[in-house]
Amino acid sequence: MTGDDDDVVARLRRGPAGPARTAPRVPSNGRAPDPPGPEDELDALVAAALARADADDLVDVAWAVQDSPIGPLTLAATGEGLVRVGFGGEDRVLDELATEVSPRVVRLPARLDDLRHQLDEYFAGRRRQFEVPLDRRLSHGYRRRVLEVLSEVPYGETVSYKDLATRTGNPGASRAVGSAMATNPIPIVVPCHRVLRSGGALGGYGGGVDVKVWLLRLEGALAL
Amino acid sequence: MAVTLPPFQSLLDEHAADLHRFLAASVGPHDGADCFQETVISALRAYPGLQHADNLRGWLFTIAHHKVVDHARRAARRAIPVAEPPEVGTSDPDGLADAELWGAVRELPPKQRTAVVQRYLLDRPYAEVAAVIGCTEAAARQNVRAGLQRLRAELPQEVRS
Repeated sequence: MTGDDDDVVARLRRGPAGPARTAPRVPSNGRAPDPPGPEDELDALVAAALARADADDLVDVAWAVQDSPIGPLTLAATGEGLVRVGFGGEDRVLDELATEVSPRVVRLPARLDDLRHQLDEYFAGRRRQFEVPLDRRLSHGYRRRVLEVLSEVPYGETVSYKDLATRTGNPGASRAVGSAMATNPIPIVVPCHRVLRSGGALGGYGGGVDVKVWLLRLEGALAL
Repeated sequence: MAVTLPPFQSLLDEHAADLHRFLAASVGPHDGADCFQETVISALRAYPGLQHADNLRGWLFTIAHHKVVDHARRAARRAIPVAEPPEVGTSDPDGLADAELWGAVRELPPKQRTAVVQRYLLDRPYAEVAAVIGCTEAAARQNVRAGLQRLRAELPQEVRS
């Protein structure tokens, strides 16, 4: 291999000098942000490519992570509307969307600007209702019906699982209502935090009971 | 049975940096940015129709290789052999040597160019070089060898030493 290890090969391995040399990406680990460098250039390039792809209607699911007082939220929208809100980071949510909706899932925050703005207002106590189109394709059958009825429960009010079952015309279905809440693909916007146990016990919540309490206090539905 | 494809985002997270390095090295930084965007768009277009998810990196770089081939064809039609300007100050002899080397890489026939850049800049095994170009492993080795020979022949002696 002597012929392979000459200076030409060594230079080829080093790569072109100057701006074209991009370091391999290292996952961020909470350090202070680095000065603008090749990674920012790459991010800008990827974002430009995805904006063009979006204009060509090639993005089936656009996602973004939004910081909020209850932690990061992963938001995802199809061409029809908001399809998923996930508590925490995006990893699990993106896999689910790739399988259930389309593998053409890419980060495209601009498609979620409207919702992000409305969420900021909601968390600041300046919005009581979300005005974004919803894509309910991730819920089916009776669960979907329950979540549609739930969308009519207004800000600041709560209902019991049993109430909600009754409102769907199926008073014996509290248990099915419970599983509809547990699998709500669009929490916060479809307000499953407003559903409590009969007698006022909190019941569970996908984002954790602490988050449920926080949201109910924000809405004034729970005394301090 | 339908194949399970990961979210396209994960391909970008894993391969976008190398994809950009590959294209910038193969066609220059400016055209590399264009080819990068075209690669992402072509890949997104074809992605849901993929029949298997065995070698998504290879698939992605095959698309990029086709962009390099298209770029070489367009450049040949324009037929004005103007190299991109050096990317660093020409007072730096190392920088000048690098600029000449990468200028020469960008003049290689596309298969040799892809083979050399995949093999050395991206440090990929011959099997993967072959998958990207769509040839046998033996042909991939031959393309790397031929590309290197040509680079050594075309570079002035002082650049090589």
